[in-house]
Amino acid sequence: MSLQIIKSGLLDSIQDKGRHGYQHLGINPGGAMDSFSTQAGNALLGKDLYSPVIEIHFPASVILFEKETIICITGADFSPVINQKKIPIDQPIVVNKNSVLQFEKKESGARCYLAVLHKFDLDKWLNSYSTNLVAGAGGFKGRALKIGDIIHFKNNFEYKYLAKEKDLSLLPWKTISTQGAKKEIRFIKGPEWDWLTNDAQKVFAERNFQILNNSNRMGYHLKGNSLKLKEDKQLISSGVTFGTIQLLPNGQMIVLMADHQTTGGYPRIAQIISADLPLLAQRNPGDEIKFYEVEHDFAEQQLIEQHMQLVQLQNASKFKMEKILL
Amino acid sequence: MNFKGLTISQLGDTAIIINFENKIDKTLNSKVLHLFKKLKKIALPFVRDIVPGYSSLVIFYDLLIMKSKNPINKTCIEIITDQLKKIMEEDLEISSLSRRIKIPVCYAEKYAWDINEISKEKNIPVDEIIRLHTAKKYRVYMIGFLPGFAYMGEVDKQIAIPRKMQPRNKVEAGSVGIAGLQTGIYPLDSPGGWQIIGKTPLKLFTKENDDPVLLQPGDEIEFYSITEDEFTNY
Repeated sequence: MSLQIIKSGLLDSIQDKGRHGYQHLGINPGGAMDSFSTQAGNALLGKDLYSPVIEIHFPASVILFEKETIICITGADFSPVINQKKIPIDQPIVVNKNSVLQFEKKESGARCYLAVLHKFDLDKWLNSYSTNLVAGAGGFKGRALKIGDIIHFKNNFEYKYLAKEKDLSLLPWKTISTQGAKKEIRFIKGPEWDWLTNDAQKVFAERNFQILNNSNRMGYHLKGNSLKLKEDKQLISSGVTFGTIQLLPNGQMIVLMADHQTTGGYPRIAQIISADLPLLAQRNPGDEIKFYEVEHDFAEQQLIEQHMQLVQLQNASKFKMEKILL
Repeated sequence: MNFKGLTISQLGDTAIIINFENKIDKTLNSKVLHLFKKLKKIALPFVRDIVPGYSSLVIFYDLLIMKSKNPINKTCIEIITDQLKKIMEEDLEISSLSRRIKIPVCYAEKYAWDINEISKEKNIPVDEIIRLHTAKKYRVYMIGFLPGFAYMGEVDKQIAIPRKMQPRNKVEAGSVGIAGLQTGIYPLDSPGGWQIIGKTPLKLFTKENDDPVLLQPGDEIEFYSITEDEFTNY
């Protein structure tokens, strides 16, 4: 039994924590753009935080559940409905078999995540379920999901109480999304921050920058005041990562996102803190962002706190879930 | 932080960079790879990825594991520097032998999209470009850009040419190109701006293989010319 894509979406793919240990071969980690929502969805189902999920962009796929299961949608709010009935995000939902999940309207955010209680019957590629679109590997056949695709479920669950005649029922626990409308994206200085003129450093920290239309899972192109280097210096290609802000020769910036290349030759002027990458991942082309500098220790602390919060949510949900599953 | 001539700095909150020097040099790159291999061998539990560049090494780590296994007052840079000290004292056996790989390339016009233009611009006959490109041994300095894309150097100065002003939307897998003093092979169909001078029938990336990537940093590469027929029947 399984779930089936009955209408193709714009770009929906299987993602997890990403593929680590292969960057020296040019194989980038990829993984979910918004790792917080990915983990939160799994946590609410009491699953491993980085179980594979479906990352969904709008317009989204239409998904048929051929078997009863429990799902949780996190991240962006695309007005999800099951059999035309509105359902909440950030809350586990029991869906009956032959239910259809659709997303009606982009309310907020840029990508949402569908976590499912059942394990997907997929093979790992190089130790990860994440879809690498460039290599055509990982996830579901190495590509975005499309109409007709069937993802089988591996395990079976029995439920204690579930109204069989209803389409769905909400489980009585949820989390309040921490994404919110926070405007500022926090950063720490990058290795080549000192290459910027004092003016450029000021502009970077004080002005707004707009996310351009050609932004995607590989990177966000930003538009704003042009930034200058003190001298015309060249960087020899070196490692980069998710959240690295590179300064292009034309004075504009690109923020590297989940599907970034493993190395780059542009100055790495700043780095978004890991705890704020999920916030940035939920911003859309056209949105304006403002950067705010923090200290390295603070960035680490934020990431650790975020993790603790997710582990707590996972433990609490696991306990509740065990009471439902036989 | 400076340590034995290396500059160690953070790259965000989950990686550090070890910078050797900001230049392209074989000896320097050998040092990078030597340290890379040592770090791979000892497999520190908190290390997720190690990426060697021309003259730098980036170490990606799991912050939570790192912090849970080390004294709380130590910064990540201190923890990694401590490890580097240990590694450098230890006498780990690391092979510095390079693999030698010969790569067939068809330089026929059909595949060498830019060779005529380079010939005109540099005033060098096409045959001479081929001779110069196949005459040298190249070192794989690093892999980046695409899965299995090897940055090799250095080509003869006579055929060194900057990237194309307008990158192509699609360069075919196997295409051999030049960018500045570097030469490289596209492992996959991809947009790209390198000047294309030929194509190899070899597969540089095979996702089904345990080792999906053909070339590795430190490899020594030689190109040899094959005809169109040889390419087709390869």
